[in-house]
Amino acid sequence: MNVRSNGPNFMQAAMNTKRNLVTAALVAPAAAWLCIFLVLPFIAMLVFAFGERAPEGGYQAAFTFAQFAKLPTRAAAFWNTLVLAPAGALLCLLVAYPVAYYLAVRANPRYRLILVSLVVVPFWTSLLVRTYAWMYILGSRGIPNLLAMIGIEDVRMLNTPGAVLLGIVYGYLPLMIMPIYVSLEKLDRRLLEASADLGARPVSTFFGVTLPLSLPGVMTGVALVTILLLGEYLIPQLLGGGKVFFIGNALVDLFLQSRNWPFGSAIAVTLVAVVVVVLMVAMRIAWKVAGTRQVDLV
Amino acid sequence: MRAFISSVYLFLYAPIALVVLFSFNAGRNASEFTGFSTAWYGKALANTFLVSALQNSLMIAFTSAALAAVFGTMAALGMERLGTRTRAVFDALFAAAIVVPGVVIGIATLVALVAVFSFVNPALATIWPGDQPPQLGLGYGSIIAAHGLFSMALVTMIVKARIASLGRDIVEASSDLYATPLTTFRLIVLPQILPSILAGFLLAFTFSFDDFIIAFFVAGSKTTLPIYVFASIRRGVTPEINAIATLVLAASLLLILTARLLMGEKKSKSGE
Repeated sequence: MNVRSNGPNFMQAAMNTKRNLVTAALVAPAAAWLCIFLVLPFIAMLVFAFGERAPEGGYQAAFTFAQFAKLPTRAAAFWNTLVLAPAGALLCLLVAYPVAYYLAVRANPRYRLILVSLVVVPFWTSLLVRTYAWMYILGSRGIPNLLAMIGIEDVRMLNTPGAVLLGIVYGYLPLMIMPIYVSLEKLDRRLLEASADLGARPVSTFFGVTLPLSLPGVMTGVALVTILLLGEYLIPQLLGGGKVFFIGNALVDLFLQSRNWPFGSAIAVTLVAVVVVVLMVAMRIAWKVAGTRQVDLV
Repeated sequence: MRAFISSVYLFLYAPIALVVLFSFNAGRNASEFTGFSTAWYGKALANTFLVSALQNSLMIAFTSAALAAVFGTMAALGMERLGTRTRAVFDALFAAAIVVPGVVIGIATLVALVAVFSFVNPALATIWPGDQPPQLGLGYGSIIAAHGLFSMALVTMIVKARIASLGRDIVEASSDLYATPLTTFRLIVLPQILPSILAGFLLAFTFSFDDFIIAFFVAGSKTTLPIYVFASIRRGVTPEINAIATLVLAASLLLILTARLLMGEKKSKSGE
């Protein structure tokens, strides 16, 4: 049934049409889904952001920049997010890098897969439950209770920026370890041997060879974690207890409590803009890192 | 170095272990283990609100993951046949579906659906012949739609990576041996991408089962398990929550381990 071998031109054209139809049929459901549940909602959110709050809550048609002008009233949420998200990502990096290095370079290959699995698995279990675990540990009946037994009274751990940072490192550590691990695992061992053969001490091999070559993984990890943290809600909600709140918390408050949808939309639009900026900066740096790497290698 | 690595693993697992341990605590006290008991599990499973939230979550996770597995695989297969520019648009939209924070996805979906309903419901009411026109509203459908978006992007990404690693030669050999495209797909392509489709399905299921923030916005009056757990946590920490949390952990652990086994099989096969 090979049509191609005996197909004159019109046959070819018919096959092309059929091929295009099949392609269209294959992508149609996903395309529809993307349009209805991603593109349309974004347009709606933009429209709302330039609207007004109806007296009873919700949305009233208008075209005004008033919502954006009110953004400074939520400066604290933006400030907390823009400080604690990168800070959390960097803390994550400090813990993650040695682990990724160990897994990729030092670990016994026989156990490597298991050790890597043990890192990945927590990321796919409920963040709500994992954050709750820390609520339990840092809460008054947890560590502060133990400290009180040995005479250190009145230690408050929950609802502090430190608790939120701890929760962030705990929640996002696996996501930081993985890209760094992947970039270190791909690293050509002969480069390390060459460096050692040329008389470099392990420390200078690390800073001269290993670290620069793993920078793409580091960039990916930091960018991923920062972006996800910008929209974080659960960790500041449960461990920050309304004292350390992020943009996500302000959004939930505006949408589900005070029902100020236009203002909430304006904040959400701004949040997306911040995410896009972070993403672009990350790609810029990644591109630069990759560029210098190539120059170094050639 | 060893000590540091060990303590990181301890850091990752000790809090979870603590929750599991205290779910078997006989007493109510959260800081003192007074004896082994499964009473809190019994109490949790006798809670009808909890059980119905669990049922909702399972139904939503299964439906959205199944839709995502089918449509995402179709998209992955179709995308490689598209022109460069159209494919770039798809890639960008799928990337957006993954990168945009869940809280924004939730809000945008809520806003759009409420706006659409405000047009559709009065229109339905006028053209409806009976007395009681159907009222469209938030609920299972909107959660499945919003979860399906992320999940579809996830499945497409995983299956596309698998297709890219497939040898073209075996597909060409099949068509040279006079197999129709459909036969080639059924006998050559599908068996090779099936593990990644299943892995995508399980990851999507896990995502939906664990998601709180998107469902929080678009659930309307419905309750999913994470929404229920969140509400109970706010009412206060109890051993019953530990039992529920342990069950949630066990369920997602089972799913993710299966998914990883499937992906590992794929890796070892492609390594041959």
